[in-house]
Amino acid sequence: MNTIITRYNTTAIALHWLVALLVFAAFPLGMYMHDLPLSPTKLQLYSYHKWLGITVLLLAVLRVVWRVTHAPPALPDNLSRGQQIASHVTHQFLYVLILAVPISGWLMSSAKGFKTVWFGVLPLPDLVGKDKALGEMLSNVHESFNYLLLALVLLHIAAALKHHFIDKDGVLLRMSLKGERS
Amino acid sequence: MIQRCHMLLAGGLLLCTQVQAVEFKQVLANESSVTFAYKQMGVPLDGKFNKFAAQLAFDPAKIAKAQARIDIDVASIDTGSTEANDEVVGKLWFNAKTYPVASFVSTGLKALGDNRYEATGKLSIKGRTQEVKAPVTFQAAGNRGAFDGSFTIKRLDYAIGEGEWTDVGTVANEIQIKFHLVVKVAPSKK
Repeated sequence: MNTIITRYNTTAIALHWLVALLVFAAFPLGMYMHDLPLSPTKLQLYSYHKWLGITVLLLAVLRVVWRVTHAPPALPDNLSRGQQIASHVTHQFLYVLILAVPISGWLMSSAKGFKTVWFGVLPLPDLVGKDKALGEMLSNVHESFNYLLLALVLLHIAAALKHHFIDKDGVLLRMSLKGERS
Repeated sequence: MIQRCHMLLAGGLLLCTQVQAVEFKQVLANESSVTFAYKQMGVPLDGKFNKFAAQLAFDPAKIAKAQARIDIDVASIDTGSTEANDEVVGKLWFNAKTYPVASFVSTGLKALGDNRYEATGKLSIKGRTQEVKAPVTFQAAGNRGAFDGSFTIKRLDYAIGEGEWTDVGTVANEIQIKFHLVVKVAPSKK
């Protein structure tokens, strides 16, 4: 096949994989730490999880800025209108969730009375006051957003692999770390 | 009671005026507080003790005789989260079953001027006693007054947090204790 693939630019590719890496670290860490008995390790893991989450938030903001100021490479012609819409909607949701998941965690921390201090150095403002009921509610919101993110990430990966191995249309190569620079 | 007496010639009366010979003795527990602040992974946190009893005698004119004793029910601790409250009454932290009360007993009070004082005393927690010094301010209004002060202890001096919790990188060693005691004048005995 001789299709010319337009790749995302280096900034977008770097941000994509960095966020992916951090999400793949923060998600299982969050699942694991939650049920640990209280110990110094648990307190450390919570802090690491929060630092990762805020880093994701920062990178997600950069990604949204990038996305708003740049047009992504065009999708291949073989995609049906339905596929294009599905792809578009999934990506919009992914962008929303990589913002919403860390924000809900940040708010939950504030509501539970544990300020977030990024890397133990930079205190983030508490956007909501300490409130037990709100804390519980935000905890559920954070969890639900995470499961939604997990589902969409799985869909995203499945779609990428389908395009690469079944359709062989080069969609995955637009975001691959290796490959010819466009 | 210190009194200054003047002869009022006109009336031939002996008029005595009081020079602040008031003794603050009654602690209003509902309006007083004992709180603490510490850092966990660089995160500032605070908490309080809900139950404590304070006995106090303070006459601004006779500070050498000032006395204070505060007994804190350590199980009444509120760290801000249930999980931590359950943990810190346990053996590794306060061991509240064996050592239910933490106490401060004053040993001296020094006037620094301008309503500021320095209180010294013995702080006993978990069977360990250390000398502490605390700057204190006292503001009086009518027959009420309020003491405010704070001092910092090192929790490991009192074995608060043993075993894995001796790691001060997670929960800092320095714990700031703040107190606000509202007192009322008791009628002075003559």
